[in-house]
Amino acid sequence: MTQKSHIMPGFRPAISFTLFYLCLVVLIPLSTLVFKSLQLSWADYINIISHKRVVASFQVSFVTALIAAVIASIFGFIIAWVLVRYPFPGKRLLDALIDLPFALPTAVAGIVLATIYQPSGLIGKLLMDYFGVQVAYQPLGIVVALIFISIPFVVRTVEPVLQEFDTKMEEAASSLGANRLQVFVKIIFPNIFPALLTGFALAFARGVGEYGSVIFIAGNLPYVSEIVPLLIVTKLEQYDYAGATVIALTMLMISFLLLLVINLLQRWVRKRSGQL
Amino acid sequence: MSILLTNISKRFGQFSALHDINLEIPEGELVALLGPSGCGKTTLLRIIAGLEKADHGRVLLSGEDKTEQHVSHRGIGFVFQHYALFRHMTVFNNVAFGLRVKNRRQRPSEAQIASKVHALLELVQLDWLHDRYPDQLSGGQRQRIALARALAVEPSVLLLDEPFGALDASVRKDLRQWLRNLHHELNVTSIFVTHDQEEAMEVASQVVVLNHGRIEQQGSPSDIYDHPANEFVSGFIGQTNVFTLDAHDAEWLQTTGLQVTQQGAIAHVRPHDIEITKALDSSKATAVLKDWQHLGALIRIELIKNTDNDKKTTLFAEMPNEQFKRLQVNKGDPVDLNIRQAHWFH
Repeated sequence: MTQKSHIMPGFRPAISFTLFYLCLVVLIPLSTLVFKSLQLSWADYINIISHKRVVASFQVSFVTALIAAVIASIFGFIIAWVLVRYPFPGKRLLDALIDLPFALPTAVAGIVLATIYQPSGLIGKLLMDYFGVQVAYQPLGIVVALIFISIPFVVRTVEPVLQEFDTKMEEAASSLGANRLQVFVKIIFPNIFPALLTGFALAFARGVGEYGSVIFIAGNLPYVSEIVPLLIVTKLEQYDYAGATVIALTMLMISFLLLLVINLLQRWVRKRSGQL
Repeated sequence: MSILLTNISKRFGQFSALHDINLEIPEGELVALLGPSGCGKTTLLRIIAGLEKADHGRVLLSGEDKTEQHVSHRGIGFVFQHYALFRHMTVFNNVAFGLRVKNRRQRPSEAQIASKVHALLELVQLDWLHDRYPDQLSGGQRQRIALARALAVEPSVLLLDEPFGALDASVRKDLRQWLRNLHHELNVTSIFVTHDQEEAMEVASQVVVLNHGRIEQQGSPSDIYDHPANEFVSGFIGQTNVFTLDAHDAEWLQTTGLQVTQQGAIAHVRPHDIEITKALDSSKATAVLKDWQHLGALIRIELIKNTDNDKKTTLFAEMPNEQFKRLQVNKGDPVDLNIRQAHWFH
């Protein structure tokens, strides 16, 4: 028997480890979820999933995550731009602050945000008095919490790409007569866009799954500000395991589909810009 | 368009990159800014382009003061050492960029843009690559596209920053020739930066030699080669043998037939100004042939001075291949030297 040899050594142990890891941590738990929900009939499944409260929570989860991811992408891009392009005192401190939401227990973030954004809180009062906007205990509160949680994902994916961006391209564009706006729109943005899309996907995925920070600021009113992860926990607490798994599985499939679409979009963007 | 620079100075922190540069470049010339790395030549080019701001001094293009004008309004074409092509655009869109960013009143129609871009790509002989991306091209191809892109906006001045620096030797040779022909065809005032004296001599109609942020000499290539203004220029352009005149060297030089009057303290002798003959009397021979290398049409000969003291320095001489064969000398043979001329410096 002849052995096919690879140029890069260590293929077998590396792929074995990868598959082992994926099985243990991802595939086995997720397939358990599928098997568990297979015990239910199709009618039961439809019944659970089409319940008004469930549908409303799906809407809340995905819409808030989408809005938060869009806003986090814009803010994150600006922060990354500032960190890469301008030298200023305290830059390293700011750089370290960006990662704080990674390390902070999300429940702490939720409690702090709820405290300052509630109608009697520091910022919440200002917003209430001057604009009549209530943030906490509303879907808007969920968006605020998700932005806080997901900005570092955008900053840390865009930053290295901005750093590697060849500024000579900007100079070339200027020398050809392009103004600042044209340089940004036609040269800088198209080169950063694939990375921004990755950051967006990460922020969105994180937002859909976020639990800890949201439940403190959301108010958790059924039909208004109740998110899917909370509904799952509620079902579990009521020993409704079937209901919980069905909702979890549905959420998983929707998230997977959305991430797949984003990935395909990214591929298309890269291909169109000659980066593939 | 003519270029006039007056009293240009530039500092980067403690480092003074340019001191008080005055330079006039007449219309239609192809000028080389030549100097060792770190001499300020790229900074000077970027100041002309408007990509860098001078601390003092003015930049005049065609007599118009453009010192305060942004690079996008100067009407220049700039070519970068590492091409700086827009990697997310096809070759066609790269070249069309300068036409498409014009404001609506000046912008040509898409059909006009297409015909102009294809004409430029024909000019650089790369029209067949118009739908490729920069990452799919070779270095030489990329640089030609970069040149086509710069020419698309019909610049009145073309500025090239080490245009061949990132290319391999054979491609570089072809492109030099090609650039000179192109300049002949378009006759647009052009300045290119290089640290390669051979490249400057071969391509340019005028050479400006820079060192430590100052202009050492400006002139035609033959001017600079035959009449170097100072020691630096003489040493930087082509090979030289350097003699510092102490008593021994002076005595030795006189035996080679060179007039050593009080012309200066340092003599620079070009390798081709040393004539070699077989020594008639080996005890009185002026040098010994140590080794030789084949450079193609020329032979480079390494010689060791025959002197009483310990200064057994090596000299380099050059002569045509045929002439060297007729000499019939071998390694280790004593030879007589005849130095035709030298450049003297204090």
